[in-house]
Order: sequence, then C-alpha cells, then structure tokens
Amino acid sequence: MNWVAWKMLNGDTAKYLGAVFGVAFGVLLITQQASIFVGLMSRTANPLRDVREASVWVTDRHQQNADEIEPISDGAVHRIRGVEGMDWAVRLYKGVARARRPDGIFRQVILLGVDDHSFVGAPRTILMGDLADLRRPSAMFIDKAGHESLWPGEPLQLGREIEMNERRAVIVGICETSAPFQSFPVVVATYSQATQFIARERKQLSFVVGAPVAGVTPAEACRRIKAATGFEALTYDQFVWQTINYYMANTGIPVNFGITIVLGFIVGAAIAGQTFYLFTLENLRHFGALKAMGVNNRRLIGMVLLQAAIIGAIGYSLGVGMAVAFFEISGRALPDLRGINIPWQVAIGTAGVVVAIITFASLMSLRRVLLLEPAVVFRG
Amino acid sequence: MIVVSTALNTPVPDPPAPRPAVGVACRGIEKEFGSGETRTRVLHGIDVDIGCGALTLLVGPSGCGKTTLISIIAGLLDPTAGDVTLFGTPQSQLRGNRRVDFRARNVGFVFQQYNLLPSLTAAENVAVPLLVARQPRKRAIEQAAGVLDAVGLGSRLKAFPNQLSGGQQQRVAIARALVHEPRLLVCDEPTAALDSSSGQTVMELLKSVAVHPERTVIVVTHDSRVLQFGDRLLEMADGRIVLDTIPQSHS
Repeated sequence: MNWVAWKMLNGDTAKYLGAVFGVAFGVLLITQQASIFVGLMSRTANPLRDVREASVWVTDRHQQNADEIEPISDGAVHRIRGVEGMDWAVRLYKGVARARRPDGIFRQVILLGVDDHSFVGAPRTILMGDLADLRRPSAMFIDKAGHESLWPGEPLQLGREIEMNERRAVIVGICETSAPFQSFPVVVATYSQATQFIARERKQLSFVVGAPVAGVTPAEACRRIKAATGFEALTYDQFVWQTINYYMANTGIPVNFGITIVLGFIVGAAIAGQTFYLFTLENLRHFGALKAMGVNNRRLIGMVLLQAAIIGAIGYSLGVGMAVAFFEISGRALPDLRGINIPWQVAIGTAGVVVAIITFASLMSLRRVLLLEPAVVFRG
Repeated sequence: MIVVSTALNTPVPDPPAPRPAVGVACRGIEKEFGSGETRTRVLHGIDVDIGCGALTLLVGPSGCGKTTLISIIAGLLDPTAGDVTLFGTPQSQLRGNRRVDFRARNVGFVFQQYNLLPSLTAAENVAVPLLVARQPRKRAIEQAAGVLDAVGLGSRLKAFPNQLSGGQQQRVAIARALVHEPRLLVCDEPTAALDSSSGQTVMELLKSVAVHPERTVIVVTHDSRVLQFGDRLLEMADGRIVLDTIPQSHS
C-alpha cells in the first residue's frame, strides 16, 4: 500500500509541490537565519580563533569579551612569563583605529599587533607578500576583504599607503583572516608598530597570550596566573564562550533571529500543514474506499505518514540545498557573509523542526482519516 | 400479479421462486442515528435472506434506508440491534481488524462515483484489492489485467481514469470489485452516473461476470431501466422491506 500512497501523492502535483515547497521555504528560512545567527555569534570569538597557538589568555580582570578591552601595562607579560608552569607568553594588541587613504577616504579598521619576534597571532593564509616584511618600518598586512572595502573594485596590490594616527602605513602583504564581528577591515602589524598607529595611552597591552608547559593544563595555568598576578586568565575555550555569551546576553541579535526562526517554523508548518491537510481532505473519499476495501487503520496511518515523510524529506533537502546555494553565492558576492556556512548542528536541528512540522501536518490529516466512517463511500 | 411500486410501476409475479444457498442472512436489523431528541430510527427490524448465484436488486425511494442496509450487510456499519451473517459467519462475532480482514477477503464494492484513484492506471486500480491482501505488485497487476480483459477493457490497461468514459470507469470499478473473487458484491447505484446505453452495458456485465453460484450480488438502484436484470427485487420503504419478489422479466 506504500506504493499506492506514493502514487496518490504524486497524482496531485499542485498540492504535492505546494506542501513540499511549504516545508522547503520554512527550512530555508530556519536554516539560513539560524546559520547566520550562529555565524555571527561565532564571529565574536574569531579574533581568538586566529591566535591558534595560544591556549591561555590574560587580560584585565574586568574584561567581559574579546572586543571591549581595558589595556594592561606592558610589563604584565614579564609577570606572566614568571608564573610557574607557563611555557611562553607574548604580547598581543587588539584595538580599533582609523585608516585614511591618500584621497581622504577613511574606514575604521581592526588593528592587530602581534609579537615582534614570534609573530604569534599573525595571519596564516598569506595571499600576497611575505610575513617577514612585517618587520619593515611602517609595514602592515591587510585582509583581502579589507582591501576590497578600502579600494573597492581595484585589484589587490602591495605598496599602497594609508595614514593611521598621522603616521604612514604601507601595505606589504594581503592575507585572509576569519571574518570579524564588526565587518571592519583587519590590519596586522608588529606589536611595536601597532602601538604607533594608535593614540598614545599609558597602558596599551590588550592581552598576554601564551601556553603552559607540558603536564600543566591551561586551566591550571590560568588558576596560577590569577593567584600570582590578579589578572583575569582564561583558557581559550573559556574566553570564546565568555565572549559569545556576552553578545548573546547583551545584544538584541538572539531575539531578532529567534523571531525570524520562529516565523520560519510557523510559515513552514502553516503552508505544509494546510496543503497536506487539503490533500488528505480531497482524497478522503479514496481513503474511505480503501477503508471499505479492507485497509485497516494501521495501514492507513502508515500511508499518511509515508506521504508526510516524503514531503518532509524532499522539502528538507530542497530547503537545505537552497540555503547552501545561498551561502555559497552570497559568500562570494558579499564579503560580510564570508565564512558563514551551515553548521551540522543547525542542519540536524532543522531536521528536527521538519519532523515537528510533518508530525503536525500528519496529525491534522490522520484525525480526519481515522474518524472517517467507511460507509461514507456510499454517500455519493 | 402485483405492482411492485407506483413509482416504478413495473408488474412482477408473485410469489418468488425457490432461492439458492443463502449468502447473506439479516435477522432483526435495526439502526438508529443520533441521540435524545434527534434520534432517528432508519431501519426497523429487517429480516431477509439473500441467496448466492443471483442478482438481487434493492430499490426504494431516497431515505428509505437502502444505503444503511447495504452498509450494515457489507460490514461498514454496525446495526443498533440484530445481526448479519455472511456465508455462515455472524458479523457480531467479528471486531476490529478481524472484521476488516473478513471484508477485504469476502466483499467487493462498486460505487456510484466509481472511486477510482486518479493517479493509478486502470490495471493498477483493479490491482488495489490484491495489494490490500498483500500480493506482490507485479503479480497483482498481471492478475488485474486478466480481469480487465474479461470486462472488455484489455486494451485500456494503462489508461488513467480521466482518459476513460463514465461507462468504462464503472467497468474498471467492477473489475476492481471482482479481482479478488469476493463472495459478496455490493453495488451502490452503479448506473446512476451513466447514460442509458452505458448503464445497460454495466448491468449486462454485472449479470454475466459477477453472478456466480457461490457469490451474492446486491445492487442498490433507483434506475427503473435496469430492473430487468434483477433475479430478485427487494423494495424498501421507511426502513422496512415492503416487497420481496421476482421482476417480471424472470416470470
């Protein structure tokens, strides 16, 4: 009878496609919005992810996330290096500066200052230039998206000059970085150079990053640093989640995306549920005939669930496919969306939502089918 | 000589001839719908035996209880009182899936509106009762093709219902009702949606293909043009059988 159920579904192309696209549209909306939400939240921690070598992050004890920074004194790095169990520790600057082109056009940029000697925190993917050139006077790298933002439509080119804090900066390299939350260009210089590109403050060090020796866990190292220095010390994972949780709790992003995701669910459930219900309603006399011919309720339930499952599976595949295509195309066309893709957790979560939509649609329809008196077939 | 009814105005002989083996035995069948002040009694103690090997017509005005009676006989409705015995099996002893299975094996249906699945071909539609009985699809469709051939539609096996005339659709429905060789065939107004010629063809087909010494065939009809095909005529009025006779053509 499963074959009959499949043929019944296929026979009413309009309703079949209507229900499939109802699910697909809901899935597209949910997957796309949830993925962007996860991507945005994940971006808040991208500055940390780009410093892959560091498992220990030390900063001011009132620090709440990776973007709002209370500088600590430069000498802190020596105190951290002195904590027992630390293998190494280096300085890392992170701040926002203003970059001005010679023609006066300017943009806010995220300025990273990496350790002059070890280059811990420097970009790994170099598109043009040599990382060693960072040691040249006034040198800096810029990320590809930043270059396209500052010089839209122009080819990537080394040697361009910008002014930062009334100082000349020369682009000696172009790199890829993880997309930042603020969508600003990212420029990278050595720590000593970076501190020249910003207004002078008494304390300028954003973070001390490092790693413990073998046999000491990052958590243990952090505990020792806190005890010895009074600074906030977090493991990489702790800092990532602290930052994400901060944005979750202190911005309207979760609520706004949450509303869209709920709307996606409602729209998907409404379209798919209503269309599938209408499909069942129009086939009620056929279900009645099948009942009269000896198809029991268990097999009818199986038929309706199979029809719903087919709609759900095809709708889900289409919806996820459209979302993948969206991110694939938009990731290339819109730099702001680069790096955002569909996490497997979102794909599985959306599948769960589709199961809920399909269950809802099936229950509405099954009720009518199960309560149907087979004698209805004699009523014309 | 008596008159069956003023509406049909067809003279029939009296009394009926001796009948063959009983397929359907109704005893004290009553049926009520609704409750309290809206309670309506539709059938009032129907007692009737219907034999095999004959085509029995059930006639009467709208609302007289014909449809309710055949629904009860076919096991689609429970009577409020009384019992129906089909081929020696009291239906009151069958409950739930046992009754559904009994119906699937022993009862065939022909509906007024054909009720063919529009997305299945003629052969596939005919195969449905065999699929219900869990026969493999390929074998079921082969068997269905044979029955369609018997009803004169061997050349339209792959036609969809919307590609067939009303008469052809009803022939497909008859083939579907017979493909699993049921012992009881219940036809509800099989000619109501057909023109005179198609109606005659369908009745001739029922008479020639459906009637079988081990099968009971009951046809509910309003159509006075088909009375000649009946071997026996039961007329109902107000929930009772008021006349049980043999149509004139058989006298």
